[in-house]
Amino acid sequence: MPVYYLEFIVVALGLVMLMVDAFAKLEDKRSLARLGILGLGIVFLLLFTVEKPAATEGVLWKFYAAPDSLSLFFKGLAVLCTLLVLVMAVEYTPVVVEQTANPEPGAHSQAGLGEFFALPVFACAGLMWMASANHLVSIFVSLETVSITFYILVAYLRRNVGSLEAGVKYLILGALSTGFLVYGFAWLFGVTGSMELPAISEALAREGINATAALFAFALILIALGFKLGAAPFHLWIPDVYQGAPTPITAFLSVGSKAAGAVVALRLISPFLASSPLVGKVTAILVVLAILTLLVGNLAALPQRNIKRLLAYSSVGHSGFLLMAMASAPRESLANAMTPATVVAFYLGAYLLMTLLAFLVLSSLRAVTPGEDLDAYRGLSKRSPFLAFALVVSMASLAGIPLTAGFFGKLFAFKMAIDAGQWGLLVAGLIAAGAGFYYYLKIAVSMYFSAPAKGEETAIRVNPLTAAAMVVLMILIVAAGFAPGLIVRLLS
Amino acid sequence: MSTLELLVFLPLLAALAVGLGAPARFTALGASVLVLLISFYCALNFSTVLEGNGSWQFASSRTLLEMPGFPKLSLAFGLDGISLVLVLLSALVLVAAVWVAPVESAIKGSSRLYYVSLLLIGGGALGAFTATDLFFLYAFHELALIPTFLMIGIFGHGEQRVRTAWTITIFLGVGSLILLVGLILAVGALDSTSFDVATLTALAKSTPIAANLQGWIFLLLFIGFGILVSLFPFHSWAAPAYAEAPTPVAMLHAGVLKKFGLYGLIRLALPLAPAGAEKWLHLVLILLLGNILYIGLVTIAQKKLDRMLGYSSVMHMGYAFLGIAAGNVVGVSGAVLLMFAHGLSIALLFGLAGWMRDRFGGLEFDKLGGIAKSLPKLGLLFGFAAFASVGLPGFANFAAEVEVFFGAFAGEDAGMSWIRWATVGALWGVVISAVYMLRAYRTIFMGPKPEKLETPSDLDWGARVPLLILLVALLAVGFAPDLLNQFIRPAVNGLFLVTAQ
Repeated sequence: MPVYYLEFIVVALGLVMLMVDAFAKLEDKRSLARLGILGLGIVFLLLFTVEKPAATEGVLWKFYAAPDSLSLFFKGLAVLCTLLVLVMAVEYTPVVVEQTANPEPGAHSQAGLGEFFALPVFACAGLMWMASANHLVSIFVSLETVSITFYILVAYLRRNVGSLEAGVKYLILGALSTGFLVYGFAWLFGVTGSMELPAISEALAREGINATAALFAFALILIALGFKLGAAPFHLWIPDVYQGAPTPITAFLSVGSKAAGAVVALRLISPFLASSPLVGKVTAILVVLAILTLLVGNLAALPQRNIKRLLAYSSVGHSGFLLMAMASAPRESLANAMTPATVVAFYLGAYLLMTLLAFLVLSSLRAVTPGEDLDAYRGLSKRSPFLAFALVVSMASLAGIPLTAGFFGKLFAFKMAIDAGQWGLLVAGLIAAGAGFYYYLKIAVSMYFSAPAKGEETAIRVNPLTAAAMVVLMILIVAAGFAPGLIVRLLS
Repeated sequence: MSTLELLVFLPLLAALAVGLGAPARFTALGASVLVLLISFYCALNFSTVLEGNGSWQFASSRTLLEMPGFPKLSLAFGLDGISLVLVLLSALVLVAAVWVAPVESAIKGSSRLYYVSLLLIGGGALGAFTATDLFFLYAFHELALIPTFLMIGIFGHGEQRVRTAWTITIFLGVGSLILLVGLILAVGALDSTSFDVATLTALAKSTPIAANLQGWIFLLLFIGFGILVSLFPFHSWAAPAYAEAPTPVAMLHAGVLKKFGLYGLIRLALPLAPAGAEKWLHLVLILLLGNILYIGLVTIAQKKLDRMLGYSSVMHMGYAFLGIAAGNVVGVSGAVLLMFAHGLSIALLFGLAGWMRDRFGGLEFDKLGGIAKSLPKLGLLFGFAAFASVGLPGFANFAAEVEVFFGAFAGEDAGMSWIRWATVGALWGVVISAVYMLRAYRTIFMGPKPEKLETPSDLDWGARVPLLILLVALLAVGFAPDLLNQFIRPAVNGLFLVTAQ
């Protein structure tokens, strides 16, 4: 089937979920989420049946790139991520219900729940479109589709001050970054005379381009993308928003929003890197941004006590590794070299597996323990060996311990930096990885080495759907850690 | 599935099975006995003719990653004489460790986690010694290390156990990171298209790395591997960790896992950076004398049996470094044989010490005494183990140490070179180990018995069998070193044929 059908199907799925919510008078609205999970599962399978058309003429293809393995990979990431976010949302339902309940007598006990399940599906359609966006306008529209759903979802817990605060912060800074993006697009259009990426690429590669104006456009766009990716110094919103947002949405932000930023960055930055008048300065800017992000993210994570804040800084740190790969793009297009696109895609694939596993554990725990402090994880191995083990696997992979997917993500990034001779990046990366070992390990230690807090010794039950998702993620993490070729093959 | 894949994945799958609910002790013991049988099968069907870093036997390989610009990665296993000996060592110690595991009588409720960890350590060690792909060689070692950290932190003895667990984690984590940097640098410098150890060795021979860079690579590998082997002055994690680890973990770590560093020096550092090894010879000699003489004296000063054993194991690593520093066939073969002998003897000693700690409630020298009279079997077995550790003729340790000293003193020129001076210094280590071992034996087993000391019943068969297995292997190799030397010599020969040209 043609690739763009998939986005239509996903949007239709979201609409169906809204309609069912409005008209079907469901007793338990969690069935909506299950419907969404089922639908997204089918879309995921349909991804493997996509045709790759030879001729791509017509208006549509101006806005929408022909399907290559990279865009299909990112579409797959988006679908998988949304699916797992819905699994988490089912687990997280009690918290949402408590924070959004309608106090009027006679109101549905789960009055505000339907949109909580439907909105991520719309965001998913935006993410999928973005993976194929080929035109500045379609990049902008798809990015905004995603951002606007996120503004709502972050502030969803309307009786929770933290969530509202996070929503306002995210909205203001998000709007600001959108401004930068549009302004950057305008300059880019002015410099190159085109809104289509292939034409922009050609124009930038020409000698005699107005380098100052092009660099200005690049800087503006990079600021906006830095915001989406969570690159320092544009990361300031991340800890607060991650902490305040409902846990499944934090996971969605952390993986989906980052993947979106990364895929747009890959598409927008590569024309600049391919342009001989600009490549030197663009690389220098990216290297500085990568070093800053690596160090700020990982060093700031060290003293964190709240697990969502810790994961927020760690997510900044992982953006550093993504930027490290982007900044180390080989100067000449060698046939025998790793491309930033492959490395970034692999890294994001691994990052999706391990981050969502961690957040699945977090939301299962949040349903039974109120705290998100590290102390809430003390002695978890005694309360639920399964959850503790799942979190250890995820932490090991995030730290980059061999035989997990995360190790290869980091190794590829390091290899690219070495091949490009970026020693500064390499040293920053080593410091970042070393710091990562410490703070990820800290969580494992408090789960295994300390006894549970008084009065919290009860065993924790995990719901079967969540447990199944966790097992699948753990198997994938270890399988990709043994045989990274499994993921790399999808990309070639 | 090839023989070696079976050998490595059997303990790992058994660990998974125990984790999922299989009967813990039965599965663990069954898997480790099977591992021992497979390793015997490999030894019996091993051809001693093939030579060289790359003439693997029982070889198998599955390509896991092919990507432009990145070396090919495969799940590849193979044996040569050196790794065969280490596989035998791992299998013997794994069986013994799993068998004596109930000696930690405090660990009842969590026995599942306990046995899973032992199996992971065993499987990781076997994987590290049989992998012929650089990545898996490194990764399996990490896999074995992680459960040791957990075991010490969760089930360790003493108040300090969490602190000790952090210490060993940081030391070995930093060591592994330094090692990783050295390995990546070596692969990059060789411009290899594969992580295969044989390919890397062949490349290092045909197009050697620039001498200056070799120096850096060797230094990184030496320090990285050195930290894992408790090289002086990076040894301070070892004795507390062994003293506080649960008995089988101490047996596996001191007996088997620690040998990975020496194995890596022989398998990777010498062939990949021979010029670097020559350049840093003096540093190596000074540090190994630190291991033998300084740590030897520290060992004498210990007041607790488990700490003393921990330091003695640090000390004996000095001899292995000496054999490797000799850089000739006799010396390196001696080092390999010593890895085997020391692994068995230290595992035996830690096994006995663990049993005693469990029965007597403590291992302080001044609270023990005159035990041999009431517990003759324990006394006899400990005596044998102590003699083996000191290096008395008839035990494998003797054969190994003699080879190491001969190798280190070898050479055609008549004068005293650095390494000969170092050898003369190292010989004093034999006296030092006799002093602390015999003193420990006298205070614990001879002399008057403290009044407060209660005497438990003697070693039962459950503890005797596994420890006897280790002792019999020590004696067999001691009387007939050729049992193993027939495997080691051709492999080491091949190593030098490859590197010397």
